[in-house]
Amino acid sequence: MNTINWRRVIQVGLIMGVVVLIASIIGMVQTFDERDMIAGLLTLGQLLLFAPAFYGGFSVAGKDERRAPVPTLLAGLLAGALAAVPVVLLVALAGFWTTIRDYFVNVSPQLIEILTFGRESVSGSLLLLGVMAGLGLLGAAIHLIPQRVRRPFINATMFTLVFSLFSDVPLNIANQFLSRDLVRLVFPSKGITVVAAVVIFALALAVALWWEFSGRARRQQQQATITPEARRRNSLIVMVVSLALLLVLPRILGIFLTNVVAQVGTFVLMALGLNIVVGFAGLLDLGYVAFFAVGAYVTALLTSTGDLGLGVNFWIAMPIGVIAAVLFGIVLGIPVLRLRGDYLAIVTLGFGEIIRVLVRSDLLKPVIGGAQGILDVGRPNFGSFTFVTPEHYYYLILAGCMLALFIAWRLRDGRAGRQWMAVREDEDVAEAVGINLVGTKLLAFAIGAGFAGLAGAIFGSRVGSVFPNSFELLISINVLAIIIVGGVGSLPGVVLGAFVLVGLPELLREFVEFRLLIYGILLIVMMLVRPEGLWPSAVRRRELHAAETDEPSVAAAEGPLHEEVQPLV
Amino acid sequence: MANILEATNVTKRFGGLVAVNRLDFAIPEGGIVSIIGPNGAGKTTFFNCITGFYQIDDGDIVFNGTSLKGRSPDKITRLGIARTYQNIRLFAYMSAIENILAGMEPRLNSPWFGPVLGLPGTRAEEEKAVEEARQLLRFVGLRGKGDSLARNLPYGDQRRLEIARALAGNPRLLLLDEPTAGMNPRETAETTEFIRNLRDEIGITILLIEHDMRVVMGISEDITVLDYGEKIAQGTPVEIQGNPRVIEAYLGRGAAGAAHLTVESVEEPA
Repeated sequence: MNTINWRRVIQVGLIMGVVVLIASIIGMVQTFDERDMIAGLLTLGQLLLFAPAFYGGFSVAGKDERRAPVPTLLAGLLAGALAAVPVVLLVALAGFWTTIRDYFVNVSPQLIEILTFGRESVSGSLLLLGVMAGLGLLGAAIHLIPQRVRRPFINATMFTLVFSLFSDVPLNIANQFLSRDLVRLVFPSKGITVVAAVVIFALALAVALWWEFSGRARRQQQQATITPEARRRNSLIVMVVSLALLLVLPRILGIFLTNVVAQVGTFVLMALGLNIVVGFAGLLDLGYVAFFAVGAYVTALLTSTGDLGLGVNFWIAMPIGVIAAVLFGIVLGIPVLRLRGDYLAIVTLGFGEIIRVLVRSDLLKPVIGGAQGILDVGRPNFGSFTFVTPEHYYYLILAGCMLALFIAWRLRDGRAGRQWMAVREDEDVAEAVGINLVGTKLLAFAIGAGFAGLAGAIFGSRVGSVFPNSFELLISINVLAIIIVGGVGSLPGVVLGAFVLVGLPELLREFVEFRLLIYGILLIVMMLVRPEGLWPSAVRRRELHAAETDEPSVAAAEGPLHEEVQPLV
Repeated sequence: MANILEATNVTKRFGGLVAVNRLDFAIPEGGIVSIIGPNGAGKTTFFNCITGFYQIDDGDIVFNGTSLKGRSPDKITRLGIARTYQNIRLFAYMSAIENILAGMEPRLNSPWFGPVLGLPGTRAEEEKAVEEARQLLRFVGLRGKGDSLARNLPYGDQRRLEIARALAGNPRLLLLDEPTAGMNPRETAETTEFIRNLRDEIGITILLIEHDMRVVMGISEDITVLDYGEKIAQGTPVEIQGNPRVIEAYLGRGAAGAAHLTVESVEEPA
């Protein structure tokens, strides 16, 4: 039987304590406290306070199930309590150091109130200490529950937390279909009601328990007996259903969420393009936003009904915008693509900035509006029907994404995809097997630019105006982060990554202030825990799950039927 | 027999170092020719000059009537020269079959947008290419391993896959840079036999760099010995074995009188 490593317990407890302290003094706890998750019970700020204590207890208790319960629980208790110590000290410090806000501007009375549950500081601090120690204990206690019970329990808790955190989504959907009074029962002004939380938790737990005790086994059995034809039919059904769902989605989601999805779609489109450049061909482009800007500006200039515009029909202007972006990609690519790796990244970074500085410069102001941008960008129309609402643009973006997905998918599986992969793997050898490096790289660059140009054209029209501020370096970084988090080179990963990195922050407006910090943390955590991304590409999966691929293996294809094929020698 | 490749007066310098010095060299069509020499003698540099990795500073290399001077590696490969590498350089994260398909590049002509538009010509070309790639896999003894990532293959298989990739473009001249490096005696014997078969049955011309004297002496029809970038000897295996300058280059001046180079005794320190 293993004994507890107390040194490690103290270490983990204090690390968690520092995490909580930092989250508090940078203002995160206070900002997040404005979001209720379960009304009157839990806010996001409190979750941020408590989660480290719980996780600390959970991690020090370790995976060894044979460990004696008492020391395990004690370790959890200690870790949880230690996680509270730094913030308790902060509360004490704030008590007699009245000018602390001159140095730590975020240590406000409101923060102290949150930390002490609105009580006076001594009893409040003790309560905080007690609660966090208790959570550490709880985290450790989880290890003492048998795994088959533990897993459903954790899943149901997670589900309830996620549901309450993103309660805007079910709220907006419910608003479409249910009466206002009924909706109020579950969703108060913010978050969800306690009763609703309990019901949701119970339902989730029931489902998770069923899955654990009979669902999983049944599914595996089904999976084992399924024929390839049935599997193909199933995936066809899934595809048709999801396509149908996508078509009626705005009706389900309501205006607010449709707008969010449209925003996500714009980034999906860009990320699909950058994925070809970075993911397929392995060329790190940090100035990708330049192509987005070219597409947006060209389309805006052509369609705008304002002073600067020409008033051209959107359907004519959009392809011109895309072509302009492609040409720009080629012109930029010819000199730049001779560079490799880091050098390419730096040069593209520079070009992205040049574009931004140019569009905001006074020099070009008479032509493209400078900092005032271009207003009254034209909208697409069919005869007398004009695209106006988020819903209309949703369909336009959906069509764009579908087209881009199709092109990216077919190219990846064709000769071009193979050339890109080879260039990514080893440029010298790729050239030595007869691949034209410049042509191959230019193709990736041009197609990536084209997708970004399309995204820009639609973006300008959707927003109705184009400003230099919309094309900052941050967009490039954003799109790159989407690809990395989703899974470099993976098409579904790119879509998922866009929803995670663009969709979720849109739903959690409190994040905005800390967006970059959270991106940074997320990227570091991803690199440590799951470097291949959330939804890795087939190559990686093929490696990890060789037995489960649904493609017929070469061994099968080379069965007796092909035996008589003459070998070359 | 006509020469498929003729190098005249080839010189390659790196700063002050002359890696290949005024080398004259020819490969008869359908032959198996070897280049040997101590480490740093300029063997691989000469390979890189032929395949366009390096631009030569002086002289000329003519392949099949076309000068290779100033051409990029992909153009040279398209003329019909393929190579393997001293340290295996496969596309590690691509499957075996994709590696071979990449090697077929010189023979593929379909446009990049073919798959997007679903052009029938593109599809036919791809299907034919995959079928041929499977045949090649079988030919080099990697049957059924087409879906494995190249990096996951055992060492010997990787060597063979690299040769298969080089063959995929239907080259007329194949450059093998130490194809038996790191192999045990049995694998070495198999590979030697395999190389001989390549020439005998496909009729491909082979230029070999090799350290293992058993391989070199066993299959070469003509051997060129390089030392400090210069050709110090050329001839049949028997002639080379008896050449005092070669023994001197390998074993040092004092040894030249004492030792007679035999097939067994010369194995360069790795």
